[in-house]
This record gives sequence, structure tokens and C-alpha cells, in this order.
Amino acid sequence: MDFRIVDPLAGHREEARAWVERNVDPSWAGMERATGTHHSPALMETLAAAGLLGAGWPVAYGGTDVAPGLARCVFEEIAGCGVHLDGWSTTQMVARTLLEVGTEEQKREFVRGALEGRVTIALGYSEPDTGSDVAAASTRAVRDGDTWTINGTKMFTSTADASTHVFLLTRTNADVPKHRGLTMFLVDVSKPGFECRPIFTLGGQRTNATFYNDMTVPDAHRVGEVDGGWGVMRVALVHERGLSGGVAGPTLADRFVAWCREAPRPGSTLDWADPRVRESLARIAMETEVARLLRARVGWVTDTGGTPALEGSMAKLFATEAAQRHSSVLLDLVGPEAVLQDEADAPLGAAIEYGFRNAVVGTIRGGSSEIMREVIAERRLGLPRARP
Amino acid sequence: MDLELSHEQRALVDTFAQFFARECPTTRVRAAEPLGFDQGLWDALVSMEVQAMGLPERFGGGAASMLDLALVGEEFGRCLAPVPFTEHVVAANLCASTGLQRVIDGCIDGSILATVACRPAVDGVAALVPAGAIADVVVVMDGDELVALERHGERPHALSPPNLGSSPLGDVRLDIPGHDRTVLARGSDARLLLDRAADQRRILMAACLVGVGARAHELGVEYVKVRKAFGVTIGWFQTIAHRLADRCTELDGARLLVQEAAWAHDEREVNASELAAMAFLFASEKAFTAAADSMQFHGGYGYTLEYDIQLYFRRAKAWPLSVGRPGDEYLRLADLAFTENIA
Repeated sequence: MDFRIVDPLAGHREEARAWVERNVDPSWAGMERATGTHHSPALMETLAAAGLLGAGWPVAYGGTDVAPGLARCVFEEIAGCGVHLDGWSTTQMVARTLLEVGTEEQKREFVRGALEGRVTIALGYSEPDTGSDVAAASTRAVRDGDTWTINGTKMFTSTADASTHVFLLTRTNADVPKHRGLTMFLVDVSKPGFECRPIFTLGGQRTNATFYNDMTVPDAHRVGEVDGGWGVMRVALVHERGLSGGVAGPTLADRFVAWCREAPRPGSTLDWADPRVRESLARIAMETEVARLLRARVGWVTDTGGTPALEGSMAKLFATEAAQRHSSVLLDLVGPEAVLQDEADAPLGAAIEYGFRNAVVGTIRGGSSEIMREVIAERRLGLPRARP
Repeated sequence: MDLELSHEQRALVDTFAQFFARECPTTRVRAAEPLGFDQGLWDALVSMEVQAMGLPERFGGGAASMLDLALVGEEFGRCLAPVPFTEHVVAANLCASTGLQRVIDGCIDGSILATVACRPAVDGVAALVPAGAIADVVVVMDGDELVALERHGERPHALSPPNLGSSPLGDVRLDIPGHDRTVLARGSDARLLLDRAADQRRILMAACLVGVGARAHELGVEYVKVRKAFGVTIGWFQTIAHRLADRCTELDGARLLVQEAAWAHDEREVNASELAAMAFLFASEKAFTAAADSMQFHGGYGYTLEYDIQLYFRRAKAWPLSVGRPGDEYLRLADLAFTENIA
């Protein structure tokens, strides 16, 4: 056993930092907060031009000879600036899925397009009436020779407003058990019949409702077999877990402690000498370390050739629930000033208040806590399946 | 990070798991109550050289790392072994680092069972010392001096007051004629020795508690798979299944944290004390929550004395209290965790 924290990308760190300094404008983070869109098409083009998107991918489909480690390191550094590339995380996930289950033509068109920065793909799984029960999707696709006509509505199609395509889960057969009547398509959002309406969320991020009204999609853009969509989804979900995190900076708790220890502020009695403050912060530090370990275990299982489905569920469950508790506790500790939202006057530039609003997303997105608990109860504890 | 146990570590865990499965069923745990010490079990463990496994090779010990000891500690906890494993290991290590040969020899040959008092003596009495009723050697802070008190004669050496965890707690008087009092260290040297011993005690106690919590959790999972209500096994209900999933996740986290703390202690990492404090607090809390939930899911049977879950429930709460008050431990952790912020 070895718990040493080593940076596996240390050899690329300096070059990656220099690249990010030259090409990433830190003010983009502020722009993101203003628009709510966690994606920058301009940055994608720059990354593609530098060959960073294609690092480690097959040359036949647009892969480049840039070291994959350097590319990973650049993505980490970009995340460290507070700039998001949500559109790339979904796009690369779909592209990896296409490498496994796509047609030759799809690989040439979409994988190459993605690596060259021309194609960005959003995920169209959830619907107004289906979230966790994703296989209950009711968006219909009806075949007519070489084309399909699609009708339906998708919810939480994040970054669809900055995407060229949606990876769409549709119902093609209503007469079989729900998992066996699904088919996946790549839908071009520039075609007639597509509509995207923004939905703003508590954490400030923009997501979308997307509408598909008599949209015509060529059969060549069907991914996987007809009625074989659930299998394609499962491939895609495995690739979702492979996404890397960011660079560890000072935690909110660290910043909070430093802030507490500053000269007393008028009207505030909050300080480090208060045992309630210290006990709360110690607990936060402890749970943060546990979350880090559970996440690191996911990486270790992956690195040693395993599939961390169970470990991933445990890490997500604990880390996202802990993040919610922590931001709530920090608000309580600060007291009346904690609610302020103007960066200039608010404690810690309103980071705690923002963190509190943002943390609510974590226990839902990418599988709700309830689904995580179900996975653990069934697969680890061998308890009976609790749903119909 | 590498979470793989070595071949030797896996063999070590297997050896103890098999030994306890054979030698320490809960009937034996019950039979050792209320004192909480089974001389026969201790003798059997001495024949496996457990009493010397943590001591350096130059004294003839097994030179086990803290990580090895933590792995073994979890197995002790799982079966609630009524022997003072953590107390003895920590005290023997402390005596070894002061070179107290007579005591080291006794720890090696198994004739001496040792313990460390977590709190200093007050007016010549160390109160409620863990294993204080049965230990032949008690290491304790007396004023400015760290002393080893050797008690002669048959165990138990003192009465153990009835207590929640059925632990052989005992007050240790330093002024009893015939007991040998040896000063091991004074002043800051003494405090350094005791701090290191206290870290080891936190880590090993945490390891035992992970075992306590994990077995208590298993008892709950086994029970909800067979107990029926409203026509289904109760594990079918999400209110039960989901809580068990949460507890399982926390215990996995606690085990990782304990192993990290033990590794950091072995490697003398700068944050070793911080991790030891975290491991102790997290394992204490999560072992108890797991045992308490498991007890709840046993329904009325949970609080009958016949069912084993009560054995785990009591110890999960009582054992960590022998180290200290959780509130104090949290304040100490805060100072350790955020030292870089101290101007």
C-alpha cells in the first residue's frame, strides 16, 4: 500500500501551464458565470488547432501525435482556472462510444469532427417525465425507409446551446419491455424541427429543454442497432466515469479558516478561537479527506484494469452529500452576512453562498444519490432490488 | 496511490481472520464479560507472538509496521476479542523506544501485558486506565515524568468497575508498596514519546472500530435478508437498504482513512498526526452509526441480550471514549489540520 500523492502528469505540468497562460483568458470564468454556459467554442477551436483534442486518439479518425498526458494536464489546468469545457466532456464520451459501436462512416464524420473541434455533442437522455428512470424515455423515432422522424422533448440537455449535435435516446418500440425498445441517434441541431430553450439553475448554470418536432434524421446517424440503444447507453456510461478531475487547490475550508483569522470585522464575532468554529472545520477537513480517498480509489481501480462501478457510486454518493453539508455549515458559521451575493462585500467573495447553491447539483447530476444507494445495496450488499 | 496489500499482509489478515473465526465466537466474548479479558485467548495469541509483533527486530520482536498492526487490529475488532491488543502494542512500543530492557523482555516472552494511560495521573491515581485492571505494566504521565509502573502478582491487579463496553478499565494507584516505578522520560521528551504513543493508539483503536462497525453492519445486512414483514424481507424496503448503503460507504471510507493514517505514521509524513486524529474520529463515529442502525433494523430483538448486535453497539460507543472526549479530539484536529494558517 502506498498513499503518497504523486502528480502522474508532473512531467507535463510546466508546459501545460505555459500553454494555458498563453491561450486561456481568465476572464472567461466570469463570462461563464454571467451566461451560465459552461463551455467555450473558441477555446475548443484553439485546443483542436494545437492537436490537444486528438491526443491519444486513432490517427485514422483525427488523432494527433500530441502526448495524451500533456492534453490531460492542459484540461486539468483549464479547470483550475475555473473555466469549464462541459461540451468537450460529453463530446469525447460520445466519440469514445462511437469508436466502439459506431459505423466506419460515423467514426470518420463525428469522431474526426469532434477532434478537429467542429463537432460538439450534448447528451439527450432525460425527459420532462424521466430522470433516474432513463430507460422510460418516450421521445419517438419512427422509421420511413432510410430516414427516421423524431418527435419528443428532452430535459437537462446541458450545453446544447453550444453544440452541433445531440446524442439522443429515443423509443423505437413500445411493445417490448422498456429497455429493449430504445435506439440512439446523433441529431444535427441545425436541421428544421429542433428547438432549444434555456433553463437557468440555482447554481447559475444554464441547461436546456430541447424539442424535436418532426425532425428528419438519416438512418446513417443511428448509433448501434435498432432497439439496441440501452446497450449503447451502457457503453457511454462507462466512458462517463473516466473523466478526470481538476487540480487540487486550497479548499473552501482552507480559505474560510484564513478569513476567520483575519483582523476582526466590525459587527462580526466569528473567529478561530471559537470552539464551535474549530470543531465544525475539523469535521469538514476530515470528511473532505474521506471523499478524496474514496475518489482516489476509483482512479486506482481504473488504473489497475478494473471497472469501478461500485467504487464510483460510493465516491459520488459520499463526496456530493458531504459537499452539501459543508457549504451549509459554513453559511451557518458566518451568520447574517453569509447570504450576501455581491462579490465585493460578501465574505470570501460570496464563494460560500455560491458553493451552497451549486452543491445541490452534485447529488442529482450523473445519477442521483438514491440511485447510487440502490447500486450499492444491490451489488455490494446483495439486497433485493427494491423497484419494479 | 496503491491500495494493493502485499502477499505477506494478505497472509497476515487471513491468519488472524481464521484464528478468530475458530477461537473467538461471540459465546467467548460473552463469557469474558463483565471483566472483558480472556486469559486463555491472550495465551493463545501469545503463542502466535502477537504480543511482540510490533517490537523492533533488535529486541527479538516482529517489526510489524503500523499498517500491518492496523490490518490485524481490524480483525480483533470484528470479533470483539476480549484482549487488550491495542493497549499492549502501543505500550510495548513506547517501552522499546526508551530501552526499558526488563519490560521489553517481558513483552517479548509474553509474561508482561502492558498499557498506556491516555490521561495523566492526578494525585497519584491514573483513573479508568484502559486495561488498567489487568496490565502488569502501566505507562503513565505523573507530573513532569513519564513513568512505567510494574505491578507484581496475579491478574487482575485492580477491580474493574462495571462499564458500558465491558472493558477491563481500572484505576491505577502509583503509591502501592512493592510496585516498581521507573522514570522513562521527563519534560518535552516525555511529551514527545506520549504523543507518538497516543497517535498509535488512535490509529489502532480506529482500526479495531472499523472491524467492529463492519461486523455490526454485516449482522444487520444478514438479518434484513431473512426477517420478513408485510410479506417481504425487510431488506427490500429502501429506508433500510439505503441506510445500509450509506453506512457501508462510510465504513469503506473509514478503512481507507485508517490505512492512510497507519501508512503516514510508518513513513513519518508531516501530516501523520492529523490523519491519526481524523481516522480515530471518523472510525469512532461511523462504527457507532453502523452498529446503531444495524440494531434498529433488528427491531425488538436488537435490544434483547440474546442477539449479538448489542455487544457491538455497546463497544462501538464505549471503546473510543477510553481515548478521550470527541469534542476535545475535534478541537485538537482543527489545530493540526489548519496549522499552515496559524500566523
